[in-house]
Amino acid sequence: MLKIIRARFRQGHRTLAYPRETPKLSERYLGRPQLAPSKCGKNCKRCMEKCPAAAIQAGDGKLSLDLGRCLFCGDCQAACPSKAIQFTRDHRMAVRARQDLRLNGAEYALAKALDEKARRLFGRSFKLRQVSAGGCGACEADINVLGTLVFDLGRFGIQIVASPRHADALIITGPVTQNMVLALRKTHEAVPPPRLVIAVGACAISGGLYADHPETTNGVETHLPVDLYIPGCPPHPLTILDGLLRLLGRLERP
Amino acid sequence: MNLASFHNSRVVPLDKTSRLSVADFRRAVVDRVARGWRLAALFGCPAADRRMGLHAVMANHDAPQLAHCSCEVEDAYPALTPDCMQAHWFEREIAEQWGIRPEGHPWLKPIRFHASHRTGNDAWNRAASDPILPCVTDFYQVQGNEVHEVAVGPVHAGVIEPGHFRFQCHGEDVFHLEISLGYQHRGVERALKGGPDRKTLHYMETLAGDTTIGHSLAYAQALESLAKRHAPARAAAIRGIALELERLANHVGDLGALAGDVGFLPTASFCGRLRGDLLNMTALLCGNRFGRNLVLPGGARFDVELLLRSELLERLEQAMGDVRNAVELLWETPSVMARFEGTGRVGHETAVSLGLVGPAARACGISRDARYEFPSGIFHFAHIPVSVWPSGDVFARAYVRWLEIERSALFIRQQLESLPVGPVFNELSALQPNAMTVSMVEGWRGEICHVVMTDEQGRFRFYKVVDPSFHNWMGLAMALRNQQISDFPLCNKSFNLSYCGHDL
Repeated sequence: MLKIIRARFRQGHRTLAYPRETPKLSERYLGRPQLAPSKCGKNCKRCMEKCPAAAIQAGDGKLSLDLGRCLFCGDCQAACPSKAIQFTRDHRMAVRARQDLRLNGAEYALAKALDEKARRLFGRSFKLRQVSAGGCGACEADINVLGTLVFDLGRFGIQIVASPRHADALIITGPVTQNMVLALRKTHEAVPPPRLVIAVGACAISGGLYADHPETTNGVETHLPVDLYIPGCPPHPLTILDGLLRLLGRLERP
Repeated sequence: MNLASFHNSRVVPLDKTSRLSVADFRRAVVDRVARGWRLAALFGCPAADRRMGLHAVMANHDAPQLAHCSCEVEDAYPALTPDCMQAHWFEREIAEQWGIRPEGHPWLKPIRFHASHRTGNDAWNRAASDPILPCVTDFYQVQGNEVHEVAVGPVHAGVIEPGHFRFQCHGEDVFHLEISLGYQHRGVERALKGGPDRKTLHYMETLAGDTTIGHSLAYAQALESLAKRHAPARAAAIRGIALELERLANHVGDLGALAGDVGFLPTASFCGRLRGDLLNMTALLCGNRFGRNLVLPGGARFDVELLLRSELLERLEQAMGDVRNAVELLWETPSVMARFEGTGRVGHETAVSLGLVGPAARACGISRDARYEFPSGIFHFAHIPVSVWPSGDVFARAYVRWLEIERSALFIRQQLESLPVGPVFNELSALQPNAMTVSMVEGWRGEICHVVMTDEQGRFRFYKVVDPSFHNWMGLAMALRNQQISDFPLCNKSFNLSYCGHDL
C-alpha cells in the first residue's frame, strides 16, 4: 500500500491544462493544410499526381484539397514548387458539413456548436458509443487515449459507454466494410433518439485509403447522416477532443 | 528433399525456386514442420491456365534459414492440416480466397467472409449470387445438460475492433472458444497487386495501425532487396529505434491494460499516460504518433539531428524511470499476481504445434525472435537478447513484455548514442523482375512476414502479408480452455492481437 502511495506521488498530476493551454506538438506534426491557389503554376498538377488518396484537384489555376480524404502524408507539400500547399501546425479541424472539408484557400469553417436545445440535452453530459467499422485501429487508439488521465475526457462530462442504449451519439471509425454494415445499422438503431453521429478519420468520412474498394462502402455517410466530421489519418487526440468540445459549445475561444 | 534455402530479405529468382509435385510439396512441408521448422506463410497465388500455385515459406529457428517450395493445384488437393496443425488457418484462407478445397481439412470454414477471388470457384459451392454474411456459419458446439453458448461481438463494450467470439460454457467454465473474424476485411492484399504505386506505402502503414513501423519496415526491406540496394546505415539505425519505440509504447500500454483488467488502477492509469509519452517520442521523429511517414523504401524520411537526439534521450530516461516505477508495482502486489499466475495457460507443446510467434510464443518458453534468428537492417549489428519465460500464462505474457521493455529501452539509448553518420535515404532503382523475396521483421506482436513476387515488368505479381496475429488467434482460443469466462478479457488483453492485421 505504501509503495502504491509513493508511486502515486512520483507519477504526479499529469492531466493537460487543455483547453486553457494547448500542449506543444511535435515540430514535424502536420496539421490542417493551408492552400494558396494563386501561387499555383499554370496547369501544374504535381501535388495531384503525388496524392495517394485522390484528395487533390489541381490545374487551370484552381486548387482544392478534400480534407475528408487527406492522409496527411505531406507528399503534396513536398511536390509543390511554389508553396501553394502548406501544412500548418493547427490541430483544429472538425467541421459540421461535408463540404466544409473541401479546402480551396477560403477561410476554414470550424464546427459550430449544436443549437441551444441540443446543447441543453448534451452540453454537460454526452455519452458516446464507439463503433469500429473497418480500418486500421489507429483512430480507435487515439479515441481510447482520451480516456487516459492525460486528456481525462470525463472532466468535460463526456464518456464512452458500453451500450448503445445508454449513448447520445455514435463515434464511428473505419470505411464501413461490407461485413460491418449490418452491425453498424443495428447499433445505430439501438441508440435512443435524439442521437448524433460522429465520423472520425479519413476512412469514416470518405473511405480514405480504402475508398472504392469493393470490400468497403466509402464511409459512414453512405449509411447514416453525420453531425460532426473529424478528419485525419488518424486525427491527433487533441483534434478529436477539440471537435467534441466545439460541438458541445464548450470551448471559450472559438 | 532439398529445397532452395535463403535468408531474410534476400532475392530468389522465381525460376530458381523449388517447384514440386503436390505429393512432394506436402511431404516437404509436413516433414520439415515435424523436424521443428515453422510454417511462416502458406498461400495461394494464381498460376497459368486458371491453375493455382500453392506456396510455403518455412523458417528454421534452430539453424536459422528460410526455405520455400511451391506446387500447382486445380480445385482441390489433400489438406496439410491433418499432419501439420500450423497449416489449419492458412488452408482456410486459401480455400476462401481461391475456391480451392483442401480435402480432409477437419474444420474448413471461411476466416474473413468474402467471395472467392476466382469467380466461379467456391470452396463451399456457394452460388455467386448468394450473399455472404459475416460469421454466419457453423460453430463448434458442445451438447449436454447445463451446457450453454455465449456469443460476443462484433460490437464490443470497449473501444476495440470488431470480432465475434463464441464460447461453449458449463456454468462459468469455458470448454471451448471459437473466434470468428473478418469484419475489418477491406481488401488490402488484392489492392497491392500490380504495385508498387503511390498508395502502396500507405496500405503498409495501415495494415495494422498500431504496427505501422513494423509493417512499413517489412515492406521497405522487401523493396530494397528487390532493388538490390540497402538503406544507409544511419537510416537503418533510425528505423530500428522507431521499431523499438513502437514495441515500448505498445508493451507499456498492454501492461497498463492488463492491470486495468484485474482492477489494479494505479498501474493502469500510469501506463496509459506513459504509453502516450512514448508515442509522442515517435511523433518527435516523424510528426505522427504511430510512425506514419517515417519509413521509406530506401531509408527514412527524417533524420535525427543533434538536438532531437538529446531530447529523445532525455524523454526516454524520464519515461523509463516512471515505467519501472509503475510496472514493478504489478509484481509486488499479491492481488495482481494471484490473477495473473496460472490464468490462460498455453502449454509449450501446444504453442509449438500451433506455431505461435512473438511474446505469446516466448511466454511459453519458446526462444523465437526474428530480430535474433533472422536479423535484418540494424539487427545485423546490434543484438537484442531474446526474452523468454516458461509458464505460458497471463503472468508470462506480461513478464516477457516487461523484459522486452527493458531490452528495447537499452537498445534505443545505445543506438541514439552511436548513430552512424551519413545520409538517411538511397534512391531505389527498378525492382528485379520475376523474383521473390521474403521479408521478416519482429514487430511488437511477433513475426511480420511479407512475401513478394514480381512479374516480368518488376511489378507485384503477388504480395502476401502475414501479420503475427494470424498465427496467434488460435493461441488465444486454446488459452481459454478450462478457464472461467470472466477471465476472457484478461486473457484476450494478454495476447492483444490485431483484428485489422488479420482481416487485411
